[in-house]
Amino acid sequence: MYLADRRAASPPAAPPGGGRAGTDRPPGRRRVTALPSTVLVLGAVSLITDISSEMVTAVLPLYLVAELGLSPLGFGVLDGVYNGVGALVRLVGGRLSDRGGGGHKAVAAVGYGLSALCKPLLLLVHSLPLIGAVLAVDRTGKGLRTAPRDAMISLAAEPAVRGRAFGVHRAMDTAGALCGPLVAFVLLRAAAEGYDAVFLVSFCVAVLGVVVLLLFVPRRVAASRGAAQWAVAAEQAPAGTRTPVRALLGRPEVRRLTGCAVLLGLTTLSDSFLYLTLQRGLELPTGWFPLLPLGTAAAFLLLAVPLGAVADRIGRRRLFLAGHLALLCAYGLLLVPPGGGAALAGAVLVLHGAFYAATDGVLAAATADAVPEDARGSGLAVVQTGQTAARFVCSLAFGAAWTAWGARTAVLTAALGLTLAAAVSAFLLRRAVPAQPPNSPSEPA
Amino acid sequence: MSRSARLSLLLVAVFVLGGVAVGATLHAAGRAARSQHPRAGGPAVASGTVRLDDPRRALFRSMAWGPHRDEITAVPADRPDGPRTASGVRCLRFHAAAGTGICLQAVHGTLRDTYRAVVLDHRLRPLRRYDLAGTPTRARVSPSGRTVAWTVFVSGDSYAGTAFSTRTSVVGSDGRGLDANLETYALTVDGHRVHAADINVWGVTFADDTRFYATAATGGKTYLVRGDRTTRTLKALHPNVECPSLSPDGTRLAYKKRVEGADPDAPWRLYVLDLRTLRESPAGEHRNVDDQAVWRDDHTLVYSLPGDFGADLWTVPADGSGTPRRLAGAALAPVFPR
Repeated sequence: MYLADRRAASPPAAPPGGGRAGTDRPPGRRRVTALPSTVLVLGAVSLITDISSEMVTAVLPLYLVAELGLSPLGFGVLDGVYNGVGALVRLVGGRLSDRGGGGHKAVAAVGYGLSALCKPLLLLVHSLPLIGAVLAVDRTGKGLRTAPRDAMISLAAEPAVRGRAFGVHRAMDTAGALCGPLVAFVLLRAAAEGYDAVFLVSFCVAVLGVVVLLLFVPRRVAASRGAAQWAVAAEQAPAGTRTPVRALLGRPEVRRLTGCAVLLGLTTLSDSFLYLTLQRGLELPTGWFPLLPLGTAAAFLLLAVPLGAVADRIGRRRLFLAGHLALLCAYGLLLVPPGGGAALAGAVLVLHGAFYAATDGVLAAATADAVPEDARGSGLAVVQTGQTAARFVCSLAFGAAWTAWGARTAVLTAALGLTLAAAVSAFLLRRAVPAQPPNSPSEPA
Repeated sequence: MSRSARLSLLLVAVFVLGGVAVGATLHAAGRAARSQHPRAGGPAVASGTVRLDDPRRALFRSMAWGPHRDEITAVPADRPDGPRTASGVRCLRFHAAAGTGICLQAVHGTLRDTYRAVVLDHRLRPLRRYDLAGTPTRARVSPSGRTVAWTVFVSGDSYAGTAFSTRTSVVGSDGRGLDANLETYALTVDGHRVHAADINVWGVTFADDTRFYATAATGGKTYLVRGDRTTRTLKALHPNVECPSLSPDGTRLAYKKRVEGADPDAPWRLYVLDLRTLRESPAGEHRNVDDQAVWRDDHTLVYSLPGDFGADLWTVPADGSGTPRRLAGAALAPVFPR
């Protein structure tokens, strides 16, 4: 996949910054457009913050069971509630950050700061409901910061390299998530039962993330040259400076993109269900279970940048759909009769990671193409919240299908649904061509 | 602000935060080192020979500071707060019956800790090992010592955040008949078969080698279930029962019940259910109990409550009379061999 990255760096047909298809420059003269420092700084902030949060996530079960003598099962019930709240908070964060046109940094800083403050609080609470409340505040912080952060990435990056910009951000984010548990483990090695050390170090790391954000992200992320052109070329949102969700959804491209994100989200199994099905279907040894998410994350980490670059080259919507085909292949492998073992599990996890790499940042980049600058945060929040809500509905429906028909039929149904959703999305997104911004790479024409 | 000013500020922040982080780690490391030394006033602990089949001794995981922390220790059965004999075997959770032990322990690896279940013989020698998929929480041996069960918490992945689920396994102590996941048993609630994917089963307590009681949860509710290893079934008997524990005479179950109107911080109270009448009555302990209780005899319950060193053992009569009494400090997972 790194091969694809290099090829995307010197595309003969779609040079970044000039939508003239067919312009042919010698490959040697083309250089990779450097990503703006703001993207890298935001990536660093996410990396640092994810180290901090994953440190806590990694030790929480053991802390509850071995240190506090509690049973963490109650969290399972609360988790769905938190996720619902997080999705709503994301809309609020997006909306707040668009006010006055430059509030992205402030709202993001509040979000990161809120989560940082939760880490030492974990030391002070010793019962499940209170720990749950602290984690809910942590989720609120995460919900608040997501949309403004993505808005800043999209505003800082040239439209032609937006896919790669989001790819780099998601890769840095995932790298942090993979490092966190290792840091926590090293600390617990140095100090047996040093959970207080883990929480305090996690707090320090989180504060460092906020400091980096405050110091190195410009107060108002300047729109890149290409983005400014696009803003001129695209019709301005009708509602003037304030752009409510309704006005956003009044834009056909936003409506189609949101519709597709929701439609595909309705057939996207949650990670837990996928791992559960994988473990049971392939009859994997139980010791492997904790490793399954690592497999997805590793594939995501390796593929996010190259696939982001591919998205810039062949079109974000096209790659977004291709990512769902990878997911469809993963569902297909889940339906293979048991016996494949390690190889089959590996293939499913690589496909699952590729799915995230081809859709997570890529959807944000595609959304940025369709949403005017002054509503960027809200637009990103609307599309992503729609997707999250749809995935939640999918979890409920999949649980019910599993109950009624058994795991195999449920997966088969999800696969059929995904096929249908992908076909409809392909049709809808193919029609969305007129929204072509002048400086974006060649979208499917 | 100039670039150099911002870089200086970052450097200052790194130094301050790094200082706090290093300080916190050193403090914790120092405390961990101190915990290797016995504390004045704590129980006397010495290494020695520990057996699982000596009725004159009670056993538990000793949590007292010192070199024998977390080891299975033996104490005089009539004086659980007396001198401790440490076995050298470290367990997070432990149970034993008829000379068979089950020990859920951490295995410290290079990059991460893993967990395993170890079946022990009467002299605490390992017979069999099983890799665990998550953090240990409950362990039980059948009265004959021929079947063992354990429960772990599985936290799926980092994306899913804090969603935990349980996995309970049962196996013969001779290694035969492994049921790696009781969720594959057929569960019936009110006569209807339940296939839901959100089923969790935990906290097995054995009636004999094939029949047991446990908690099953689905759809946000918990049930007492009767399990059968030969028919691979779980049948719901009574709602709102967690971590049941069968009395030695097999007539009653002690369990933790989520009571309404209780402080949401502490929802669980210790109850006893009569299996013939399905009538439940509270034990004389009014504090929150988040443990799978143990029957010391047909009339007395023993359970853990949070204490200065993690957990202490307490005891109360099972019939609702009397008041709780502290049995031993810095101890968890008690066993009273018969």
